[in-house]
Amino acid sequence: MNTLSLAWRNLLRNRRRSMTTLLAMVIGVVAILLFGGYSGNINLGLQTGFVRDSGHLQIQRQDYFLYGTGNPAAYGIRDYQRVIEVIKADPVLAPMLTVVTPTLSLGGIAGNFSAGVSRTVVGNGIVVDEQNQLRLWNDYQFPDEARPSPLSNTAQNAASIGVGVARVLQLCAALQVNDCPQAKAPLSTTNAAADAASAPDDISALSELEAAPKSSSPAEAGARIELLAANTHGAPNVAALQVVKAEMLGVKELDDMSITLHLKQAQQLIYGNDAPQVTAIVLQLKHTEQMAAAQARLSQLLQTEFKSLSLEVHDYATLNPSYGQITGMFAAIFSFITLLIGAIVLFTVGNTMSMAVVERTVEIGTLRAIGLRRGGIRRLFVCEGVLLGLVGAGLGVLMALLFAYIINHSGLSWMPPGNTDPVALTVRVWGEPNMILGTAIGLLLVAAISAWWPARRAAQLNIVDALRHV
Amino acid sequence: MSALHISQLYKHYQLDAVRVPALIDINLDIQPQRFTVLSGPSGSGKTTLLNLIGCIDKPDSGEIIIAGQQVGKLGDNALADFRSRHIGFIFQNFNLLPVLTAFENIEYPLILTKMPAAKRKARVAQLLDAVGLSDKARNLPGQLSGGQRQRVAIARALATEPQWVLADEPTANLDSQTGAAIIQLMRRMQRELKVSFVFSSHDPQVLAAADDAVFIRDGQLQPMPAKTALGSVDSNNNQQQVAA
Ligand SMILES: Nc1ncnc2c1ncn2[C@@H]1O[C@H](COP(=O)(O)OP(=O)(O)OP(=O)(O)O)[C@@H](O)[C@H]1O
Ligand SMILES: [Mg+2]
Repeated sequence: MNTLSLAWRNLLRNRRRSMTTLLAMVIGVVAILLFGGYSGNINLGLQTGFVRDSGHLQIQRQDYFLYGTGNPAAYGIRDYQRVIEVIKADPVLAPMLTVVTPTLSLGGIAGNFSAGVSRTVVGNGIVVDEQNQLRLWNDYQFPDEARPSPLSNTAQNAASIGVGVARVLQLCAALQVNDCPQAKAPLSTTNAAADAASAPDDISALSELEAAPKSSSPAEAGARIELLAANTHGAPNVAALQVVKAEMLGVKELDDMSITLHLKQAQQLIYGNDAPQVTAIVLQLKHTEQMAAAQARLSQLLQTEFKSLSLEVHDYATLNPSYGQITGMFAAIFSFITLLIGAIVLFTVGNTMSMAVVERTVEIGTLRAIGLRRGGIRRLFVCEGVLLGLVGAGLGVLMALLFAYIINHSGLSWMPPGNTDPVALTVRVWGEPNMILGTAIGLLLVAAISAWWPARRAAQLNIVDALRHV
Repeated sequence: MSALHISQLYKHYQLDAVRVPALIDINLDIQPQRFTVLSGPSGSGKTTLLNLIGCIDKPDSGEIIIAGQQVGKLGDNALADFRSRHIGFIFQNFNLLPVLTAFENIEYPLILTKMPAAKRKARVAQLLDAVGLSDKARNLPGQLSGGQRQRVAIARALATEPQWVLADEPTANLDSQTGAAIIQLMRRMQRELKVSFVFSSHDPQVLAAADDAVFIRDGQLQPMPAKTALGSVDSNNNQQQVAA
């Protein structure tokens, strides 16, 4: 007849009250775990998206991250091939790496000069095969398949653009862009036409020159555009590109600006016959947990081997500030929910234990008379609270796992921010032992704390008064 | 085994603004290994005195020496330990723990004194046998009659072999037949185990069974009434001594 079994029997004594208290705890645990599983899944989803898109780490020229968009070409990494080779051969880094791939950002103007329209764009030159490999990263076992880049198996002059760019460039028909009503004629049609007719003359000529060797048959899928950019010397250069796809990128700003082309093509445009450079070297690791180690090793390399290149490393969270913002927001909501539920459990258990103390006043007096110390009384009631917490946590975790399973197999889907396709609605509870353990321990602590006060009151009771209690 | 000494004991209760004197200058020695009854009209202070003797209440002033211990000097935990070893309680309402079986109720005080399990179980079985409830060992108090509950309570009070067993109106909640059986049982146990019983009662049966009697009225000890009023109380055994 130890304290534990006595406590347990006392809980069973008032089953209904214990059940109600348990129910409050179970609901609380389920709410915390399901929301935690949901937001945890979103965080991992975001992370996966960013890691597939731009790797875990990027090596850039110093200050490129802050000032580079103004003039990417001025922040090129010289000798980038050697940097990549050294990294790939590095005994510390190599085992962690999945992909190392260079990219080149550029700013320019994309024009469909035959239609007399153009707009500024942000271009990105990529090594398509390596980008496709980046997209295979799935360390958190998301069910969705990575879609390969639209530039896969395309010619050197191929490009893909955001749907917003396609609309502005009046390429909807050619690129089969939906949601693209016939553009109303701008008010200043004549002026625009005049501009189109006059200004780009030389550019058209340039592009004609550029495109001359290639036979642009009208039967070829997609549409032809010209991309005008300043080369490293500040002189204008133009590339004739075959747009193979208009892509929905999920974020309007990107849709309206983005153009992706082969790295070689981009380098040709910016560096011409000079030694080609890139603006970033993307590193993807097998596991996100390796980031600190990889970053440390890279910093070491950058300060020794590549000191003269003045490079720096950024992680995906720095490169994508929205990651921190969204995870931060979820963390805030999660904390709020947890606090709220913690408070509810605190008062529920406290109330239950207070009632138990009042009901059992005579028993308390009897136990004390028989020779149980104050500490023994306190232990008994705290033990009851902790037991309640234990059962509540256990049942809650089981229920949360059950609900998570049901949700995950219900076929529900949702559209996360910045996505173009609906994503299966998943909550990650199973496989998050830290969250489960944290919640369970938290609940136990709250239950113990809320039982502590009534238990203390019980222990302080005057024996004679307690025995006289009716 | 030493006597119970009480000297210059005062106790009052405060009811709002009213000061209710419950015990006034009690000086009393109670002999060990006897069956001593505290009697007196309702509200005379019997329960109050038993509570003080049982070390579950503190006097305003005065001294109690029980089992050779000057209990006024003990702290709360020491008092609890002292009670668990030297004093057994029998209550008017039995006060068994409802979630524990008869066996476990008797076992509980032994757990408090940290008696080894095997010895404990044997002791409980022996006590259950002594109070004639071996077949009810696994019953919860709710499954026992009043008389059976009080038997369990007697066994519980005797479990740790205390020197003193205190009982506040142990038969008040029992019909007279059951009450008589309980008194007989207590009497027998007292003799067999050589413990000292002190209890309060209005019950003439109890008074009749007592070795010694102490009379109290309005919180003060009364001189002995005529022997005839006490029936079978043996005058030789009358140990009431009002100390100077
Ligand atoms: N907790 C208390 N608060 C206030 N007064 C009390 C308290 N306990 C007892 N008293 C008073 O002290 C006096 C003695 O009470 P006590 O309970 O000791 O009497 P008793 O002899 O046991 O009576 P009964 O035979 O009815 O049980 C009574 O006047 C009673 O009203
Ligand atoms: Mg009384």
